[in-house]
Amino acid sequence: MGESKQFVAQSRLIDEMSLKNRLVELVTKWEVILSFLLVVIFVFFSNMTPYFLDWFNLMNATFQFSEKAIMALPMIFIIMCGDIDISIASIIALCAYVIGISAEAGMGIPSLILLSMLVGTIAGLINGLLITGLNMPAIAVTLATQSIYRGIATGMLGEHACTKFPPGFSFFGQEFIPGTIIPFAFVLYLVLMLLFFFVLHKTAYGRRLYAIGNSAETARFSGINVQRTRIINYTLTGMFCGIAAVLLASRILSVRSNIATGWDLEIITLVVLGGVAITGGRGSVFGVFIGSLLVGYLKFGMGLLKFSGTVMTIVIGSLLITAVLLPRLLDIYKANRKLKMQQGGL
Amino acid sequence: MPDNSFSQFIRRTLARREATLMLLLVVLLVPISIRSPQFLSPKNINTILNDMAILVIVAIGQFYVILSGGIDLSVGSVIAFTGMACGMINESFPQVPVGLLLLVGMGIGAFLGLVNGMLVAYGKIPPIITTLGTMSIFRGMTFLLSKGTWVTAHEMTDSYIALPRTTFLGISYLLWIALFVIAIFYYFSRYTRTGREIYAIGGNPTAAKFVGVNENRTRLVVFLISGTLCGLAGSLWTARYASAVNEMATGFEMQAVAACVLGGVNFSGGAGGIIGVALGTLFLGVVTNALPVIYLSVFWQTFVQGLIVLIALALNTISDQRKTKKLLAQRRA
Repeated sequence: MGESKQFVAQSRLIDEMSLKNRLVELVTKWEVILSFLLVVIFVFFSNMTPYFLDWFNLMNATFQFSEKAIMALPMIFIIMCGDIDISIASIIALCAYVIGISAEAGMGIPSLILLSMLVGTIAGLINGLLITGLNMPAIAVTLATQSIYRGIATGMLGEHACTKFPPGFSFFGQEFIPGTIIPFAFVLYLVLMLLFFFVLHKTAYGRRLYAIGNSAETARFSGINVQRTRIINYTLTGMFCGIAAVLLASRILSVRSNIATGWDLEIITLVVLGGVAITGGRGSVFGVFIGSLLVGYLKFGMGLLKFSGTVMTIVIGSLLITAVLLPRLLDIYKANRKLKMQQGGL
Repeated sequence: MPDNSFSQFIRRTLARREATLMLLLVVLLVPISIRSPQFLSPKNINTILNDMAILVIVAIGQFYVILSGGIDLSVGSVIAFTGMACGMINESFPQVPVGLLLLVGMGIGAFLGLVNGMLVAYGKIPPIITTLGTMSIFRGMTFLLSKGTWVTAHEMTDSYIALPRTTFLGISYLLWIALFVIAIFYYFSRYTRTGREIYAIGGNPTAAKFVGVNENRTRLVVFLISGTLCGLAGSLWTARYASAVNEMATGFEMQAVAACVLGGVNFSGGAGGIIGVALGTLFLGVVTNALPVIYLSVFWQTFVQGLIVLIALALNTISDQRKTKKLLAQRRA
């Protein structure tokens, strides 16, 4: 059994060789472009302001984007399968509400974290079950649950803001690893990032995600439980919303019903900018890592130059569109060049 | 022959959905009016209809985008931008007649819709990504346009603010405009070539292309319609609420989608009708207005709307799958 499986895997590998080479070439290219852009941003901002290129400031800036970067990781899985989730900001709000209200009731830190992750996991699981159970479109379902999850937080909280948290709770979102200038949240992000890198690129589960994204039908015929994989993706994303909610609540120490509004856009932007194809089946964790740093430090630099939040939203929105448009234009350019070379050869 | 039975099948489905909605409305209205007899007073009915007039205009635009297999998340931002622009024009140039102001609103909306449409049709960017991006771009542009300030009632002309309240034959202009839009687009979907082509593209893009439908043009048209109608809605919004605020119409895309889903519009594209959308809007309006009657605070409005959409979505999907199964069984037999 094991041998035949290995044989199948090997022969599949050979079949995919030419296609894979092309994909790898493209993916690396996109990551190279991103890294280059990151360098450009660093050079630009350090020339514009003396406060940018400073280790303490650079580390401090990670506070602002670690939560979103963490959320981008499970979102890679969802988008990789050709799905989408626009309810994550609402799940974060729901988890933050649960944290806030339980903290007011006097709950301890470990139970707060577990509760938040539990609520997030359930919310994500519900998303996954609704989408796969009836085969409803992900965009429509998560648009509805976006209102439902946020609606629960809004309905329960009203105008109320939770500001009472147990002592020490601020560690997760505000403190550094003792003795260093590295924030805890950023270290957590790096660890999770490596974990996702391993799962996506080194395990069977990761390969399944690529297979589903390229063709869900083919994946199903080759024995992959597509629906179960999608449910796992949504549940995982929900759980991460719980983690992000802990970090966020700990950072701002105030929970209102409008918490994390607009995060859906930014997190999807991180993933798409990182080179994950919105139609699925293409992308890497490393690309999203560079993309997250890129957006994070772009916003940090713009903030130092006193750009308003409005301008930043416009930039993020434009980045999202450009990030999808640009690879497509590159593809067309490459295809044209190839055609020309072939004609020249003939 | 199969063609004929297929169109009959579609007609039957639509008839059923609209009948169901009417029935549901009555079922909903009975307990509400028992609990609060004021609910069915002409004044309250008028309020509900006026509240829904703007929504139905936007929902019709959304309907065409969903019909073509896409979604427009930028409607709230387009409304905000055009509403703000109209408010500011009205403030700076009070001599501009109100009718022209509405046309300007539609023009600006059409341009924003064109941007969406170009990106989707010719940039080949999925509608969800395009409109997610332009949603924040247009909203940001609204802030830049207004420099963060508001246009308040006393800065606007009386004739502009009076527009939604002025009545003709006992019906407000606002409602007349909405009815006019419904009538035009009812005709458009059923009796014009482009209208039918949108159904074709949504139902089966490949087949539509084979019979000569220009896919890119059709995808552009749906966003153009949505943008234009949102522009109209924006100019009316500023008049109706007698102010132009940067945050206006935030989350309105949800309500527009809700109205469509309730009206039986299918997310996989190609099915649904204008009357269904209008009834869906009405249903949503009744539910929203009934919340205080059942002692539920307005804070729960978002939750209730989300829940309604989810239920309607599930029902649509289930009935759809049943019909497909039946159709397959018939074909096999």
